Amino acid sequence: MERFSNLLDDLYFTNSSRAKESILADYLRSAPDPDRGWALAAIGGTLTFDLFKRNLARTLMTERMDPELFALSYDYVGELSETIALAWPVSDNPKRLNRLPSLSEIINEFNSRGKLGIRDYLIELLDAMTPPQRWALLKLGTRGLRIGMSARSVKRTLANMKNVELDVIEELWHGVSPPYQELFEWIDDRAPMPDISKRLTYSPVMLAHPIDVEKDFSRIAPHSHQAEWKWDGIRVQIAANASDVKIFSRKGDDISHSFPDLVEAVDFDAVIDGELLISRDGEIGSFNDLQQRLNKKKPTKALVQKLPAHVIAYDILREGNTNLRPLPLSQRREALKTFIDPRDPGRFSLSRVLPFETHADLSALRQKAADTGGLMEGLMIKNLSSDYVSGRPKHAWYKWKCDPHLLDAVLMYAQRGHGKRSSYYSDYTFGLWAGDGQLLPIGKAYFGFTDEELKQLDTWIRNHKQQRFGPVQEVEKELVFEVAFDSAQTSSRHKSGYALRFPRISRIRWDKPAAEANQLEDLAQLVDRKRN
Amino acid sequence: MTDVSPESWMQVRPEGLYCKPADAFVDPHRPVGRAIVTHGHADHARSGHETVFATAETVAIMRTRYTDDAVTGAQPMTYGERKDLGNGVTLWLAPAGHILGSAQAVIEFGGRRIVISGDYKRHFDPTCAPFELVPCDVFVTEATFALPVFSHPPIEHEMAKLMRSMASLPDRTHLVGVYALGKCQRVMAALREAGYPHPFFLHGALVRLTQLYEGLGYDFGSWQEVSKIDRSDRDQFRGRVVLCPPSALADRWSRSLPDPLPIMASGWMQIRARARQRRAEMALIVSDHADWADLLETARETGAGDVWITHGRVEALEHALKQQGIRAKALDLVGREEEPE
Repeated sequence: MERFSNLLDDLYFTNSSRAKESILADYLRSAPDPDRGWALAAIGGTLTFDLFKRNLARTLMTERMDPELFALSYDYVGELSETIALAWPVSDNPKRLNRLPSLSEIINEFNSRGKLGIRDYLIELLDAMTPPQRWALLKLGTRGLRIGMSARSVKRTLANMKNVELDVIEELWHGVSPPYQELFEWIDDRAPMPDISKRLTYSPVMLAHPIDVEKDFSRIAPHSHQAEWKWDGIRVQIAANASDVKIFSRKGDDISHSFPDLVEAVDFDAVIDGELLISRDGEIGSFNDLQQRLNKKKPTKALVQKLPAHVIAYDILREGNTNLRPLPLSQRREALKTFIDPRDPGRFSLSRVLPFETHADLSALRQKAADTGGLMEGLMIKNLSSDYVSGRPKHAWYKWKCDPHLLDAVLMYAQRGHGKRSSYYSDYTFGLWAGDGQLLPIGKAYFGFTDEELKQLDTWIRNHKQQRFGPVQEVEKELVFEVAFDSAQTSSRHKSGYALRFPRISRIRWDKPAAEANQLEDLAQLVDRKRN
Repeated sequence: MTDVSPESWMQVRPEGLYCKPADAFVDPHRPVGRAIVTHGHADHARSGHETVFATAETVAIMRTRYTDDAVTGAQPMTYGERKDLGNGVTLWLAPAGHILGSAQAVIEFGGRRIVISGDYKRHFDPTCAPFELVPCDVFVTEATFALPVFSHPPIEHEMAKLMRSMASLPDRTHLVGVYALGKCQRVMAALREAGYPHPFFLHGALVRLTQLYEGLGYDFGSWQEVSKIDRSDRDQFRGRVVLCPPSALADRWSRSLPDPLPIMASGWMQIRARARQRRAEMALIVSDHADWADLLETARETGAGDVWITHGRVEALEHALKQQGIRAKALDLVGREEEPE
């Protein structure tokens, strides 16, 4: 564990990616199995389980420390794991350990214990550790490790260690799993390359560029491009063969367990790219509906029945043993059509191709998308000759999102940010005026402003403090934000009754008196108008 | 019988803490007639006061930082020397252990004693007189690091870390960001104690104050100013310590050094994100302030029934002291920097 903690510290404090990669490579070459495999998984973000619940660490802390002092510390540090790592009050009679267990010993021990055992073990370790070691443990245990190293950089490290192209690792990556013993045996020249041909793996997806209307429109024509709706769901890749089905998120996370209804409906041997949404009797549900099913490891039957999952397919990457990725979109589209046609229409549908002749037609379609009240985010415009490649090739796929809505809202609460922004109040909750002259919060945003504006906002907040609720700082209701958002929906989870999609700060209205900010009624009208 | 409750004769004014019967301010942040200055850091020692009561070292520091005539009416004092401020007020200074010349202002009036700590620390520091505990009725404390997350390691521990790094990365210039007054000299002295044998290389902004220390008898061994060394000779910096102000760490200036490793030495370095904000690649936790345990312990040891808190993480200290049965309150002083050091 000491080595792992030192490794994280070295990586954390190193600026250049190249230097980080060389530090990681040194560690991976010299650390023993299976420790190095677990370390790789922790850094590469591929661990599939928590060692303990994030809340356990917090609970232990509140049992041992004055809650007010803990709240102030957390507020100041801005990050839970580090707050606990630094302020952990060691037990009165800590259990003495001859040595810290190794990384894999720690993982095995947590996995073998029940709830109470996990609690005791966590206390034992925290008592025996230095603050940096505690930080490493807490980050590892709750899979919250962020040390400024991308998955791509981790893979590049492996590629350099083995002296192969990055693509080789990219293809292997989703076919191997922690603690990566077979991968390291190959890297160490002790075994051949792992054979992953029978495993269902994630293929990195093809992405679109936001359209630049002035430059890109001239490239777009009806004979060379197809337009489709851009739905507001989540991008998924369904990979299936005779024996297994996997649903991957856009980042390659396996989310099959959250969608057993969809998994059940898969009866094919293919890889499909599409949008996951909720659909009841042919009617597409809002993102809010979908959200209730995301991150549910074991959804209840009732929930699955109430909110059935559906995929609007827009591409096909493999059918049987045939790799379709090198084909142009026009041919893949034909294959997809034939493929989807016989499927259960409740679970799978084909993304519609929208007819257009002129750019004005495209604009009209985009307006139509905007009028769906957030069901659609806009248009996708794809070059018919494009083959399917991972990443974001130029001029192949465009996305044309609807213009955001704007409202003037009043800043109500601020919270310190995380990581590099932990010393600044950088998370803002804002509200609109209700009929009775009261402000009701409608959303939270933490981007859309420059670093310079962040400093100004931070200063403003420090000078306009009111009450504090744990880490949440209430401020005088005097500052107006012009808030941009993609859509708004009714929501029972918020006191105001509304939830915004993708809210961000579009402008800070230093000049505008708070009384002149928008009314909640304005938002209500926007939602109503959309619905009709 | 006049009212001698501490609040009646020691008040918060826009200029700073004010001793009414003596007509004197403590560390006022704008020019006043009579100022008691606890130490030479800029947010405590402003220029332009008519009369300054401070240690001789603090006066020397002020004269170095400002101009000679910025401190015209100086009344240099030694630790323990009693001064009659008139109207029955007596002032004396006790070492605060913060930096060279730093003092606690001990003010006595009507049989009561208020101690204004200024900034202080209780960790070892060979570049200033160690903190002296003065029992009192009211203890006015700082709260710069007043959170349970702050527990400062011994400086030897941090210097050992730096020495190890120089051994393992002998090609990189170890560029250490330090504040010019106090931190710079303390780090040099601590490195000498750790056995660092080579000359130090100093950024020009650190030279004058270091010379001031030397003039007062402190010895840091040999050192050279970076700008006096020809560019072609700068390879000698590799694996060695170059000291600069924090602002120069990521500045153009540092580009003239061979493969610099930016290191920051400060009490804030305990918080990872702070170190990253500075783009430091190594963090040395070197604080010239009391940490959480020392702040609580010291307030208790003074036996003061009232503790007034001037600046820093005020709420946490107030809360914790109240829990120990001490009457604690925050003084709303303006003009202190959010993060001095």
